[in-house]
Amino acid sequence: MAAQNAQAVPALDAPIMEVKNITLRFGGVTAIQDISFDIREGEVRAIIGPNGAGKSSMLNVINGFYHPQEGELWFRGQRRLDARPHEVAKQGVARTFQNIALFKGMSTLDNIMSGRLNKMSSNILAQAIWWGPAREEERRHRESVEKVIDFLEIQHIRKTPVGRLPYGLQKRVELGRALAAEPKMLLLDEPMAGMNVEEKEDMSRFILDVNSEFGTTIVLIEHDMGVVMDISDRVVVLDYGKKIGDGDPDAVRNDQAVIDAYLGVSHD
Amino acid sequence: MFYRESGDFKTKYDDDNQTFPIKLDRWGYYLITAVAFLVVPFFINDYWASAVLVPFLIWTIAAIGLNILTGYCGQVSLGTGGFMAVGAYACYKLMTSFPEMSIFLCVLLSGGITALVGVLFGLPSLRIKGFYLAVATLAAQFFLVWLFNKVPWFYNYSASGQINAPERAVFDVLVTGPYATASAKYLFCLVFVFVLAWVARNLTRGRIGRSWMAIRDMDIAAEIIGVNPLKTKLSAFAISSFFIGIAGALFFSVYLGAVEVGEAFGITQSFLVLFMIIIGGLGSIFGSFAGAAFLVLMPVLLKNVMVGGLGWPTDIAAHLEFVIVGGLIVFFLIVEPHGLAQLWRLAKEKLRLWPFPH
Amino acid sequence: MSADFLYTVEIILNGLMAGVMYALVALGFVLIYKASGIFNYAQGVMALFAAMTLVGIQSGQVPFAHLINAIFGTEVHHFGWTVPAVFAIILTLGVMVLFAIVVERYVLKHLVNQEPIILFMATIGLAYFMEGFGDLMWGADIKTLDVGIPSGASVWLEQATMGWAGEDSGFYGFYIDKLDMVAALVAIVLVITLTLFSQYTKTGRALRAVADDHQAALSVGISLRTIWVIVWSIAGFVALVAGVMWGSKSGVQFSLSLIALKALPVLMLGGFTSIPGAIVGGLIIGVGEKLFEFWIGPMIGGATENWFAYMLALLFLVFRPQGLFGEKIIERV
Repeated sequence: MAAQNAQAVPALDAPIMEVKNITLRFGGVTAIQDISFDIREGEVRAIIGPNGAGKSSMLNVINGFYHPQEGELWFRGQRRLDARPHEVAKQGVARTFQNIALFKGMSTLDNIMSGRLNKMSSNILAQAIWWGPAREEERRHRESVEKVIDFLEIQHIRKTPVGRLPYGLQKRVELGRALAAEPKMLLLDEPMAGMNVEEKEDMSRFILDVNSEFGTTIVLIEHDMGVVMDISDRVVVLDYGKKIGDGDPDAVRNDQAVIDAYLGVSHD
Repeated sequence: MFYRESGDFKTKYDDDNQTFPIKLDRWGYYLITAVAFLVVPFFINDYWASAVLVPFLIWTIAAIGLNILTGYCGQVSLGTGGFMAVGAYACYKLMTSFPEMSIFLCVLLSGGITALVGVLFGLPSLRIKGFYLAVATLAAQFFLVWLFNKVPWFYNYSASGQINAPERAVFDVLVTGPYATASAKYLFCLVFVFVLAWVARNLTRGRIGRSWMAIRDMDIAAEIIGVNPLKTKLSAFAISSFFIGIAGALFFSVYLGAVEVGEAFGITQSFLVLFMIIIGGLGSIFGSFAGAAFLVLMPVLLKNVMVGGLGWPTDIAAHLEFVIVGGLIVFFLIVEPHGLAQLWRLAKEKLRLWPFPH
Repeated sequence: MSADFLYTVEIILNGLMAGVMYALVALGFVLIYKASGIFNYAQGVMALFAAMTLVGIQSGQVPFAHLINAIFGTEVHHFGWTVPAVFAIILTLGVMVLFAIVVERYVLKHLVNQEPIILFMATIGLAYFMEGFGDLMWGADIKTLDVGIPSGASVWLEQATMGWAGEDSGFYGFYIDKLDMVAALVAIVLVITLTLFSQYTKTGRALRAVADDHQAALSVGISLRTIWVIVWSIAGFVALVAGVMWGSKSGVQFSLSLIALKALPVLMLGGFTSIPGAIVGGLIIGVGEKLFEFWIGPMIGGATENWFAYMLALLFLVFRPQGLFGEKIIERV
């Protein structure tokens, strides 16, 4: 799975997000302890680590779903105070989930259309009589969504209720829903989980295309080391809620602390 | 071989979005609408109107309302009876305080008032979810019934506590009161059903419908992708209550004419409407029609068979009704939890292929 | 001690008694919810049905008499014998176990993986079914239930507390019904027994396993179906106890099934899965209702007991969505 991602690293090193000394506790359990790292605009940043290390919790903090007891989040140069998740979404952050969180009662098309909900604003009265602005809005958003559907090659399952789709396609639809929001930053929680080699190649291709074509910053939790090494620009390593590594893939791969905690010794 | 979509290509998104994409469906719909508006009023008699058609139309409105809240937005409510009461009493107060006001306006405003009350009682839904919310809505149900019983202003200080609908006319045709004809009542309600069903269809296929369904299916994910849970849930309560309030207003002014709040709007009605949308199909406008038809027709049929046909005493018929309704509910939930609407959908899919098996 | 203070205490005591009665019904709910995640709306009707069956068996009624007479034109009503209370209770228990088996086989088994709201609706359907069935079987008229529980005001208590407020105060001692006291005792014994059963016996452990995770319980060899029959039988037993207590107090009639609705706020306070919580919730609701009606009721027209419990529970839920004893819901994505 060779991939050329050199052109995705922007010349400017402006961070789109800075995580500063975040600590997150649930009652007696400390999920995240004093973690700091930054995410540069336009890069592909991987977060890796053993299960329970706090990776998904970190994404939830970024989404505004969990509020850390200590620390600060800076988004695009501005300190972000306790924001609700839908406000964070409006700022341009989209997400996929570890256990697929599609809307099972809806079709593929409706799911992806729902990704555009925070861009829709026609008022209730217009919708109730389905005239002018409401129809226009529906048409406009349908066009953008169809572009996403073309990009992900899922035209054939447009009207299928997502509950009936195989796992790999569900993951793709979920990616579609996140992409439909035209996010500045895309958080992917184990997008390759449960996929075979071909599906992983497809997914990697989509992710890299999104990054290069739209300049979207990608934050990626992933367990498949091959994928991480190939497509990410920089990697953060977590273990038991603490950061134990941070840098480009090669540096991290050879870091002793990371090897001890996570990678193990290779036997070539 | 007649129920086909082949050759019928959609070239615009608008066409793809229609309610009845298959031609035969569309023609069927036009036919039924034509019959309903142009044929039935001439053949309707008092019995059919009062036992079947008018209640069917009114319960359909209530069912669509509850379906919006529970079927589309996933907020279970056991307060439907109480909200219908709000609509009825609002209508009564408007009719008696503003005798010049058109009955259309009275009913619509009653819906609006109920919407406001609905939003108030919907506020807890932001903290309380699922089952607990259902029980919280019981608070609304019992409180509202108590309120309309105890506060004399609502029933204009009458000694009996009952409210009676004064006579009102539309284009000089009486629609309320004891002298209104069956066809007048029927048409009046039909107009409301037609418009409201169309509105409901429009709302559920656009932005707001999607945000409702997103909250229903996975409220946390919905919030993370940008759906505002506060606005979405409250809008569901508001619009649902608007529909239910109108149903209550019509139930009082056109159908019953006189109402005692405990019987007409008690918890039994809340369950009745919930049964309608479950048997009919959650999250389906057609299902609301189907469920209402089922639960209005069935007791009538049973009574006719048992009392009229077999000559059994009415109390046995009443008990058997409970047994049969209860049994059917369980049966439906086991066999097709998605209700009559799903059965209909499956039947149509089979019909699209007929006479081929697959 | 002033008469007012003593009246208040009396109201609190009566409230506690009422609360215990609510808790009796709530217990049945907790059991079934714990073991199968189902909120059994039919619990109230089960109590009614149990009470009706008890009375029917005791007085030697012919089941379905009215229906048989209607179909065949006969005039049967009673067998002519009566059954002593103890045997009648045992037989009724047998009927409830039979009922549990039938419900498991024809309803629960088929609804295993459905969402909670569907299961809840199924129990509502079941409640309607049972109500009609019970009415057909034993007739819908009001019956008196007498299994020998002492009733009437406790004279002993009245006399013992007679002089507490002084001779001319108008206070004549605490007026508390013996029946209520017996009910309180029974409820406490029941709660203790059930808690011990659930914590220390093998079946109790299996019940808790099933409540936690159906799949996991299956994988360690627990038969889900047997557990459900056991749970519904126990719930049926609890329903019988509740039916006997309530029935002795106010007669066996339709309104008994509405008690189920009162149990809901009890459960919301105490949590749906806690046996002691059902008692605490019941007591809070019982006392709260009576005090509210006494102090504030007269100012707003009375009859506040219709809705106070729900409002209280609603308020509670807004601040603590899992109830007093329920498990805190931490949402994960």
